[in-house]
Amino acid sequence: MTAFLRSLLAVVVGLALGLAFTGFAGENPLNVGRILFLSAFGSQYDVGMTLAAATPLVFTGLSVSLAFQAGLFNIGAEGQLAVGALAATLFALAFPSLPWPLAPLGAACAGFAGGAFWGFVPGWLLAKRGSHEVISTIMLNFIAAGVASYVVLYHVANPETSNPETRYVAESYRLSPLSAFPDTPASVAVFLALAAIPLVWVFLSKTPTGFDLRTLGASEAAALQSGARPARAKILALTLAGGLAGLVAVPEILGSAHRFRLGFSPDYGFMGIAVALLGRGHPLAVLPSALLFGALQKGTADLDFQTERVSRDIAAIIQAFVIAAVAADVLVDRVGIWGRTVLGKVFRSSSPDVDGTVKKGAA
Amino acid sequence: MSGAASHALAVEYRNVSRRFDNGVYANRNVSFGVAKGTLHFLVGENGAGKTTALKVLFGLVKPTEGSLLLHGKPFAPASPVEAVSRGIGMVHQHFMLSETETALDNVLLVVESVRNSPVPRALRPLHRAEALQKLEALAREFGLPVDFHRLVKDLGVGEQQRLEILKLLFLDADILVLDEPTAVLTPFEATALFTTLKRLVAQGKSVIVVTHKLREVTAHADAVTVLRQGKVVASLVRPHLPSIEELANLMVGHTVDLSLQGVLRSPAPGPDAEVLLRFESISLLEKGAAKPRLSNVTFEVRAGEIVGIAGVEGNGQSDLLALLTSPSAWAESCQEASRVLKNEGHKKAPRFEILGHDAWTLDARSLRALSWGFVPEDRLAQGLLPDSPVEENYLLGRQHLPAYSRFGFLRRKALHATAQAASEAFDVRPRDLTLPAGSLSGGNQQKVLLAREMALAPRLLVVAQPTRGVDVGAIEVIHRRLLERRQAGAGLLLVSSELDEVLALADRVFVFHAGALLGPFEGERKNETDVGLAMGGLTT
Repeated sequence: MTAFLRSLLAVVVGLALGLAFTGFAGENPLNVGRILFLSAFGSQYDVGMTLAAATPLVFTGLSVSLAFQAGLFNIGAEGQLAVGALAATLFALAFPSLPWPLAPLGAACAGFAGGAFWGFVPGWLLAKRGSHEVISTIMLNFIAAGVASYVVLYHVANPETSNPETRYVAESYRLSPLSAFPDTPASVAVFLALAAIPLVWVFLSKTPTGFDLRTLGASEAAALQSGARPARAKILALTLAGGLAGLVAVPEILGSAHRFRLGFSPDYGFMGIAVALLGRGHPLAVLPSALLFGALQKGTADLDFQTERVSRDIAAIIQAFVIAAVAADVLVDRVGIWGRTVLGKVFRSSSPDVDGTVKKGAA
Repeated sequence: MSGAASHALAVEYRNVSRRFDNGVYANRNVSFGVAKGTLHFLVGENGAGKTTALKVLFGLVKPTEGSLLLHGKPFAPASPVEAVSRGIGMVHQHFMLSETETALDNVLLVVESVRNSPVPRALRPLHRAEALQKLEALAREFGLPVDFHRLVKDLGVGEQQRLEILKLLFLDADILVLDEPTAVLTPFEATALFTTLKRLVAQGKSVIVVTHKLREVTAHADAVTVLRQGKVVASLVRPHLPSIEELANLMVGHTVDLSLQGVLRSPAPGPDAEVLLRFESISLLEKGAAKPRLSNVTFEVRAGEIVGIAGVEGNGQSDLLALLTSPSAWAESCQEASRVLKNEGHKKAPRFEILGHDAWTLDARSLRALSWGFVPEDRLAQGLLPDSPVEENYLLGRQHLPAYSRFGFLRRKALHATAQAASEAFDVRPRDLTLPAGSLSGGNQQKVLLAREMALAPRLLVVAQPTRGVDVGAIEVIHRRLLERRQAGAGLLLVSSELDEVLALADRVFVFHAGALLGPFEGERKNETDVGLAMGGLTT
């Protein structure tokens, strides 16, 4: 079975189990499924909202996927996107009179740089001090939230409102909304997301440096031996991953909100992990995967008022089931003999394992 | 020999087949008998079915057809514990000992795990004195001296192996299976092991030895069974044992020529030949450790020669290879791990040159820019990307060379052409460049690795364990290619624990013992006795 079909199966299983849960709450699962679908794709407005929700997930999904390819687990996209968005906002507030093409370009670069810096730190700590990236990126998420609060509330707060947000960026920084989807936050940032996907793929599969990163992901010993320079590759991978997460600034700050709102992200960074997992770390798979989670995000939002007993939190449950199904499917391959004989009969993916198991138990 | 008189079979395989779901047979109609009181060898290439045959004996795999007889009675073990309780025991290639326990406690550990008792394991008393008494009696009876009160990590390899055997005898095993028992022994320790095994056999035990060293078969076997592609191709008893050549042919299925005849070998270069690799007084001490990891290592490799480094594994070879992998990273890690890189009597860093460059400033990537090839000892972890297609494996280590990248992009066409030519030249099978490298046989993986490292005709080639786990047919190809490289004027450093290989290929041989490099052995002194003594730390 190809990886794509297996992921598709995981989605179907995850959706089915998640919807089945709404049955326990007293709803008709089929009806909930129908509402979900219509709410995500039912009208131009709905599609626009889905696209707007999927765009940041493309960036965080790419961020986590790129790190995956280098064998690293970037849990820090949430912090990186916050720092990136903050950097883009500060850039815009610092240079309010920049003309149109330079303004969004500069702000996007600032967003990338901010996120990249927040990825560089754990990368450097990992390569030079051996701090595990999972721990340090999680920690940096909290620090990023703290830094963002401090800067927003004490330095660039919007004096016209009591909401925790910054002043608005100048007109020249704002991206045009997509006319096909009026009244939605969808902007031309969608095209940046669409361009980023093949760029990351080309970088990873067609350039020597991308090959270095993939070699590191396959085996650190091979990376050292082959001159892939594992220490630098680790720093580079997390820096680029951070930069990609930082690009969330483009749809959020330049595309829709035009200001930095504290807590603007409904966990885009963590959903990026789900996006990357479902796509098995392949950058091209980020597109369908991000669309799916974007649709889920938008679709479940309507459950709050279209059903009586199910809230939007069902999105988290469905997500969890999809991830569990992806992980379980990998498990089928990895549990070894036992998994192959028992589960293999069910999934028909068994293959012989000739070596390497006589060692246990015989002595 | 000893047990030939007794014709009772200890173990008998009767038409044992093991088929997998996809129709592949790991064992097919395997029939052979191990006579009681004999030393029986089991040989075959990787994947020939030896492991599966043994798994059947230990109840880890159930045969799909056929049956086993143990002392003439049907035997269908459900688990290794049952096999052990019926008197079958195994000594693995990598010992199953707890390093931080004493030898005595290691035996107790195993005894308790297989004993049938209604008392939960954690609550059972240990009978140390009793066990010690029995062990000492066994050690005397079979000539297996072990210091039972020392920690296993302080025992020598030979002593650990004797402990493993005693463990089995303690459990009343009368059929002993040893998997590659001489892989970690010096030639003398190996001889002593076979003396011991013959003593066991003389006292009525049956011993099955799995090996790939064919000389051991002709020297020590009472009987030998050869497996190929899951089938028994020969099962012969002394005095009808095959010669080494016949054994090799049986294993491979066609004629192999390991004599390296017909290979051009120009005379070894003189002392004025260009020095390609130079080590001068390099030592590596770990703080707090009693013995140095590397002790005053000095040697050089000149153009047109093969320098061999023999020795039992773990005597410094790995440190030397780590140093060669990436000298600057190694030096850095030495400082970080608070080890001392010492240069006897000198203030500055010890001299270390590769192809005329000061090697301390080089890392793996800058080495790759030189005319340099490197075959690491662990091909799956260091040398290859097992999950990536064969074609990408030809790129590993070459990705930054102008030959394969231009304007920041990989040159896929150039890579494809080289990969195809290299696979052709080394006869890599199957010839499909899209297969994951890990799916190839060990021999073909090694061919890919060597083909890659030789593709750009390096002037200096470091090769570690080139034929480990490689089938006989591939060994022939690999040895010939290495000699061709020498003939073309390159300098080669060959690090191998296969003494025969080093003696056959190298012009000069050094031996690693406890971090020190003994030798060189060349000319008359390049023989098994002198080199073998050095492997045990004894110099003549």
